[in-house]
Amino acid sequence: MNFKVALAGNPNSGKTTLFNRLTGSKQHVGNWPGVTIEKKEGSFQIEEHEITLVDLPGIYSMSVYSMEEIVARDFIMEEHPDLILNIVDGTNIERNLYLSLQLKELGIPMVIAVNMLDELKGKGITLDLKQLSALLDTPVVAISAKNGSGMAELIHELVHNTHSSVLEYDSATEAIIRQISVIREACRHDHVHDKFYAMKMLENDEAIVRDLRMSEAQLNQLEGLQKQFCDQRGQREIDMAVADMLYSLIEMMMKQCVKKRESETSVSDRIDMIVTHKYLGIPVFFLILFCMFIVTFGPIGEGLKGWVEMVINEVLAANLLAALASMAVAPWALDLVNTVIGGVGSVLSFMPQIMLLFLFLSVLEDSGYMSRAAFLMDGMLRKIGLNGKAFIPMLMGFGCTVPAVMASRVLEHEQDRKMTILLIPFMSCGAKLPVYALFAGIFFPAHSGIAIFSMYVLGILVAVGCGFLLRHTVFKDNESTFILELPPYRIPSFQVTMNHMWQKAKGFLIKAGTIIFSMTVLLWVLTNFSFALQMVDDPTASILGLIGRFIAPLFIPLGFGHWQSAIALISGLIAKESVVSSMAVMYNVGNVSQLATVLTQVFTPASAIAFMTFVLLYAPCVAAISAIHSEAGSWKYTLKSMGFQIGVAYCVSFVVYHVVSLLI
Amino acid sequence: MTLFDCQVGEKAEVLGVSGERAIRKRLIDMGITTGTVLFIRKVAPMGDPIEIRCRGYELSLRKEEAKTIEVRRIDR
Repeated sequence: MNFKVALAGNPNSGKTTLFNRLTGSKQHVGNWPGVTIEKKEGSFQIEEHEITLVDLPGIYSMSVYSMEEIVARDFIMEEHPDLILNIVDGTNIERNLYLSLQLKELGIPMVIAVNMLDELKGKGITLDLKQLSALLDTPVVAISAKNGSGMAELIHELVHNTHSSVLEYDSATEAIIRQISVIREACRHDHVHDKFYAMKMLENDEAIVRDLRMSEAQLNQLEGLQKQFCDQRGQREIDMAVADMLYSLIEMMMKQCVKKRESETSVSDRIDMIVTHKYLGIPVFFLILFCMFIVTFGPIGEGLKGWVEMVINEVLAANLLAALASMAVAPWALDLVNTVIGGVGSVLSFMPQIMLLFLFLSVLEDSGYMSRAAFLMDGMLRKIGLNGKAFIPMLMGFGCTVPAVMASRVLEHEQDRKMTILLIPFMSCGAKLPVYALFAGIFFPAHSGIAIFSMYVLGILVAVGCGFLLRHTVFKDNESTFILELPPYRIPSFQVTMNHMWQKAKGFLIKAGTIIFSMTVLLWVLTNFSFALQMVDDPTASILGLIGRFIAPLFIPLGFGHWQSAIALISGLIAKESVVSSMAVMYNVGNVSQLATVLTQVFTPASAIAFMTFVLLYAPCVAAISAIHSEAGSWKYTLKSMGFQIGVAYCVSFVVYHVVSLLI
Repeated sequence: MTLFDCQVGEKAEVLGVSGERAIRKRLIDMGITTGTVLFIRKVAPMGDPIEIRCRGYELSLRKEEAKTIEVRRIDR
């Protein structure tokens, strides 16, 4: 038999960990249609049952006020899962049960998995699960998603529970629900999710009330019932009245299930005294970041990177090319293979650093520190229209734009996410450094350090400026809020952290294997063929060469209107590292010192600075562009953001060129 | 008075939540309902956001949002 199970629960309840534990490696990750919320499906086999588990986005309520809530609600109401698996954080049970009660109203068979009970015990609190199960008329299983205990019982319940029931509320509430159900029956003839509909109508849920297309009389009747309910509960507003009813019921249940021993300050509180301390908080945060960057981009990360590069170039590439050469393959094919290995290889060589970054991020996320970092930085970032949670992704941008863009997933609001993704490329990534180093070394030999550093500062300033500007224009109605739960500190489990890291790294690998591979091939074609589709030896006669000549005049106002720079910039779209190498090819020089001689003849200090500025700010490389596409979910947005970045680069370079020309 | 007017270390009982509907609903869904006792734990280093304790868990919100939560101070 094939079962479809929806996994629902609050954010931070251990939902992803449980999902990974149940489905193992058989997962399919995509996006929900139309929105960029991750859609994860996995399957597993139990006895003769094939179970498909769908990981719904983490939500606090079955409302329709966030994308996550809409996605979760639509899935349950339209796809009709056979069972709902509701994961509940045992340490935060009151608020978690608020969602459980709403799920219960749907009348779909349900199993509740109470997670992190061990932690609750540590706090001196005991939870009577038998009693809770009786009160909710639902099987309740104690689990630990982290160490895997309770999985056998949970699976047993999943397979054998077909008991669907709805909870009876107090008689006054039930009387009102019955009357609302009568109205609903007149509008809609089936009886699916009866109680859920009635409760949402009572709550005046916009989407459901709208979809029922009630008559004027029915609307008036509903309004009367809502008013009656408010009066019964002594409330002014209907949504508060409904929430108050549910929370009161939970409080009553808790009195019967929870035994508490008043505990002293928890470990979590003690950690928090330091890490979110008024004065120590920010220094501690920067210290953590500093360590993270030292490991990733310092000797350890660089060492691993060098090792991967060596394996790719000296072992893989060398042997493959030698083998191909011995088979007397055509020289153009050899060249193509060489280019592809170079292109994909240069991206793959970032793999160790990306994995290290993701390892740190997983630890920060799983330990509960990430939300504290957001808490610390929110005050600063909101001034430029960003959310506190955007800080880590922005900072990662100094390393590599690709993981930084992927890390922007931590932002719940789509607007926040889009704005962060748009600004990340202004954080100068590691691959742009060779360009600055070359130009600064040639034109500002005495102050090359300052010249390079000023590029980084300029990037930050431009990001701040653009953030400020966009907040008052495009993202004006950004409902950015900062209602964020600060979960207790937890020691991340090794297995879970590794799993999270691997899931993210896998995404990057797939990207390198597909998009970057095809873009490299495309670029190779463009640099080796003319418009007549004839192979050319001289790159200037190639399609790219002609495009370069065509667009070069555009750069005259910026001081570098030569076609060689134009082509170098285009090749920078493949990888920023290749700006320098393609310049060497275009000027037909063999080494850096010869290149320096040529460059001093065609660039002035002012145009050199303008060129560096342009490289700093213009559209990122294909790897980053494809990451932006997969996170933003649309090509339209991706192209718009590229246009924006190129526009900003052009304007800023123009200003820089003319200002520096006047000064020097 | 609102939660915004409370000092760190004080306890306050929720009387109501106002403000824009989506944000108001989120606050209510997260357990800030009438009669709930909130404890103001701390203020972030930049003076905003604040951290409160609500229904046994820690919640952070901006002062802007704190202004929408009507409360009554509880004496210790």
